[in-house]
Amino acid sequence: MVTATKKDPVLVVVQLTGGNDFMNTLIPYTEGLYHDSRPTVGISEDRVLKMDGKLGFHPNAAPLKEMFDEGDVAIIQGIGYENSNRSHFRAMDIMHTAEPLTISTEGWLALAIRELDPAGKNVLTGVSFGRGLPRAMVAAGVRVTSVGDLDGYGLMTSVEAQEQRADELDVFRRMYTPMMDTTPALSYLHQTGDDVLAGIDQLQTVPGNYTSTVEYGDNPIAKSLRDVARTHIAGLGTRIFYAQHGGYDSHALETVNHERLLTELTGALRDFMADLREHDASQEVVVYVFTEFGRRVQDNGSGTDHGSGGGAFIIGDQVEGGLYAEYPSLDPTTFANGEDLAHTIDFRSIYATLLEQWLGVESKEIVRGTYEQIQPFNAA
Amino acid sequence: MTMTDAGASTDIGLLSHLYRRAGFGATREQLDELSHQSYEDTVEFLLNPTPEVDLQNDVFARYFGGEGPDSYVSIWMYRMLNTRCQLQEKMALFWHHVFATGLVKNEHILSSANQIDMFRANGMSNLKDILLDLSHDPAMLFWLDNNENHNGEPNENYGRELLELFSMGVGNYSELDIKDASRAFTGWTFSQPPPLYPHGYYPALFKFDADDHDSGEKTFLGHTGNLDGGDIVNIIVQQQATAKFITRHMYNFFVADEPQVPSWNDLEPLDPQLINEMSSALLDSGGDIKAPLRLMFNSDSFKTARFKKVKSPIEFVVGVLKMVGEFTEPRPGLMAYSTATVTMGQKLLDPPTVEGWHTGKEWIDGGNLTERVNFAVEEIGDGDSPGMQHLITLMIDSGALDSPESLVESGLDAMGQLEVDDSTRDALVKFAGDSEGDAAPARAVRILRLIAAAPEFQFA
Repeated sequence: MVTATKKDPVLVVVQLTGGNDFMNTLIPYTEGLYHDSRPTVGISEDRVLKMDGKLGFHPNAAPLKEMFDEGDVAIIQGIGYENSNRSHFRAMDIMHTAEPLTISTEGWLALAIRELDPAGKNVLTGVSFGRGLPRAMVAAGVRVTSVGDLDGYGLMTSVEAQEQRADELDVFRRMYTPMMDTTPALSYLHQTGDDVLAGIDQLQTVPGNYTSTVEYGDNPIAKSLRDVARTHIAGLGTRIFYAQHGGYDSHALETVNHERLLTELTGALRDFMADLREHDASQEVVVYVFTEFGRRVQDNGSGTDHGSGGGAFIIGDQVEGGLYAEYPSLDPTTFANGEDLAHTIDFRSIYATLLEQWLGVESKEIVRGTYEQIQPFNAA
Repeated sequence: MTMTDAGASTDIGLLSHLYRRAGFGATREQLDELSHQSYEDTVEFLLNPTPEVDLQNDVFARYFGGEGPDSYVSIWMYRMLNTRCQLQEKMALFWHHVFATGLVKNEHILSSANQIDMFRANGMSNLKDILLDLSHDPAMLFWLDNNENHNGEPNENYGRELLELFSMGVGNYSELDIKDASRAFTGWTFSQPPPLYPHGYYPALFKFDADDHDSGEKTFLGHTGNLDGGDIVNIIVQQQATAKFITRHMYNFFVADEPQVPSWNDLEPLDPQLINEMSSALLDSGGDIKAPLRLMFNSDSFKTARFKKVKSPIEFVVGVLKMVGEFTEPRPGLMAYSTATVTMGQKLLDPPTVEGWHTGKEWIDGGNLTERVNFAVEEIGDGDSPGMQHLITLMIDSGALDSPESLVESGLDAMGQLEVDDSTRDALVKFAGDSEGDAAPARAVRILRLIAAAPEFQFA
């Protein structure tokens, strides 16, 4: 097979906010302790979508199982780090900065963007969809673009009359023309405003140039992944995309909420990959799905509290599907804090893997050390 | 052209500046009223808050109540919008910036909110009282692990940051001072509050555990004895370094953007003379916070520093809401705005680290500049809000429509006498000329929302 000119690799990071219950996503259904510990939120063996003789997917994660069966999903079991932090915010910060010990303000993806586009030539090298820029995408001097809603993206979006808005954007452009002979703060503002306009000009062409037979679900993660797909297909040079799916903090009423979330998430991931394939734009894309921590082994009568030993997923055509690292031990003597799944692989191993083997970026400075990598990609 | 009230004795632009800095902005009506008294009297009014009988917590609970952080932030924003005691509220924010305590760790919003109430109550008192209260505050004690600071096993987190970030600044004490200051705070802890469910939040309360207190001899900054935390604070507040550090914080917060705090030991203040005067005022008054504030607000350095500071997200959002005259009475809906500042990079009650927020131009990146511009433009919208209606009427009555130049000038005047560069002015005048065929109110509102989108509007 003759391959076309190799396209630059693209990484799509999907954050599951709140702490996804990995034990109820990939279920050790043969373990008595699983069922004993989870009288309320446990999934009975007959409902589990069985993978092998030991593990199975949550019944609402059928699309993920389909992709797994097709060999496109690497599951990293037991991801975490020493002394896992149970605070959402701190734990998420640790995931964003790859720095568990001290407070850092440099995001791991922002540092990767700096490597991919050292001169900051393209404001779209890194694009985040959804409200707010995650710290993972932030580092001093790194230009990234944050888009709430691609269809409504732009400046002065509340000005509805098209002609008025065009006029007012023209004034904006004039007001933010880069200038030298002013204070550093004002000149920085001019440059930033000019960058924003540069990104908007390109991103606004995206929706109009996209057609697809894939119909995504009507939920936030489907919407964000559709925005990622449309932007990627438009070929604007984006190398790192970010999307977020919230609501995983299932202290209460986990059964019903987790069913909905996994339906939304796994459906969106399947539709996303299908959309890319339809546009011959899937070969160069890998999706990394992560969360800040796993949840407590024992349920609390309604849901599960914060724990450790979570799971992550790497999805794509170039992925060598299968199970990576060990599923955390269900022997209570091995539990972290006496009640949590102990991690079996450090999250920075996965960052190093994605950076080096997928994006071709040196990882040592970004993850602050050398971590053993896994081999989740097809041999070239 | 300006729209000055007859009988006014104080410049509206100066008052507008004072209220942007010493408060969260003021409406045109408020400024007009204040312009009839002297500037110095207005500074005194701000320095001497009166009890606010019309801002009651039980009323807030009805409109903004709940157990989530957004409820507490909404209540704080309502106070910022409506309190007459603007400086008192701004000082609560000031100490929140300096004594940055994150919800991220305690996840106990009541303790974080109680800390802000403490800053509101003591923020303009005496520095010694403020640092003592801080050292008794459960949110702070937990944030910096003083509950893990034990007799024989000192934890230096609070002792170190008290010196480095809360009073003296790095370079003015030794590691041994940190060790003994930490020992002096052993046993300063808090009682564990009952869990949130099922009965709601209970406060954590300060507790002194005498058995866990190290009562051995300590040496701190040359003083030796069985020092406890109170003695440490007593010594700290007498230091020249403390006075300089705290007044430089005031300057950075109220006057002009200094470089980030960790570089202060290496870089001279922007206005060393004013900092010297302010720190003398603080020391000579025995630690009265009002003394350096009074000196600062009445200084030429302050008065001429208009539009020299990048607005923080909360200043930006509350300033716009105040200008459009929204939420002058408690009503649901304010909670939606508490997330607006988060997308702009400032989550109130949850600063990113103990160092606090990085300020100045570090507030701005492409994403949050977009958020800021879109927020201001959307709030001004079609100009239907009470605040905008008032401004538009004032503009039209004062002859704004005489020429493109006068439309722009009266718009800038209406927005707090905003000072702009020629490039901004030229762009606005061109637009004003191009829109001459449109109806008067529509032209006025479009100029106002374009001014709100200008780079200069990002500055206070």
